[in-house]
Amino acid sequence: MTCTGGHTAEMMNVVTALRKDRFTPRYYIAALSDNMSLQKAQVYEQSLVRVEADKEETLENAQFMQIYHSREVGQSYITSIATTLLATLHAMWLIITIRPQVVCFLFKVLGLGWSSIFYIESIARVKKLSLSGLLLYKLRIADPSIVQWLQLQQKYPRANYAGRLM
Amino acid sequence: MGDRGRRMVFVTVGTTCFDALVKAVDSEAMKEALLQKGYTDLVIQMGRGTYMPSKVSGSSTLQVDYFTFSPSIADYIREASLVISHAGSGSIFETLRLSKPLIVVVNEDLMDNHQSELAEELAERKHLFCARPQTLREAVEAMDLTALQPYEPGDAKPVVTLINKFLGFPVG
Repeated sequence: MTCTGGHTAEMMNVVTALRKDRFTPRYYIAALSDNMSLQKAQVYEQSLVRVEADKEETLENAQFMQIYHSREVGQSYITSIATTLLATLHAMWLIITIRPQVVCFLFKVLGLGWSSIFYIESIARVKKLSLSGLLLYKLRIADPSIVQWLQLQQKYPRANYAGRLM
Repeated sequence: MGDRGRRMVFVTVGTTCFDALVKAVDSEAMKEALLQKGYTDLVIQMGRGTYMPSKVSGSSTLQVDYFTFSPSIADYIREASLVISHAGSGSIFETLRLSKPLIVVVNEDLMDNHQSELAEELAERKHLFCARPQTLREAVEAMDLTALQPYEPGDAKPVVTLINKFLGFPVG
């Protein structure tokens, strides 16, 4: 278990507000060491099944996967190198196996294709972007980056601010 | 707990290990400060920590109880008159949503300590009090609960509207 409790809540608030007919299928990916996040996503998807009449279709619209975590809270930077490498390989394997649209993500990184990557910075980041947020912002991979504090948007003008998720 | 006239302080560290906080609330000086403020019970959720506080029962003094994890943390928060929490955003917003007075204690042992950003910002906006383990007792003694402002919960809809706009979906 890691410090993902808050992030999961933020993410689920976004998923709840999305129109499900537009965003299908949905893949939920959480860290292997995180026992609670996928459970919360599963409970949510189950609740959709009850609301909608077409039961089987709704369950097929959601898939749940786990991935190696690149760095646990408190882990040293030295061992982080190995675990980050492992997590990256695992992430690439998942991208290849999930579906072609997501492979566009790789082309995008190489500057070849088009895809939409929305990066929402955690509400915990008030003054500075996280490392992932900074990479996606600086390399212009995310279109757009979304931040949850106005002062952060002022510091990174290409980021978008649309209020807070929590 | 739940009795009329009981005022419970709930301490939560989430899924982390934060012995410095557990030790700080387990000190005699801290218990004295909580009694002075009119609290009757101290319940500590200690997570993955290894420091064991001492349980105390009996009506003449502050009663102390602890546990490691619980699936119903929200119930404890709901029962509490004061919450003392680690700086994780999950615990912070859950407490604010339940409109409970909150002291957030920043764990200074974390390597990449961005956690204080959120607590300090929300403290500046008067939604909570922010402390360190070594300043917690002073924070308890000095706190004025009437100075706290209610937190208006966020809304995901504007973010989703933004995403829809970028994807070219009709907004609405």
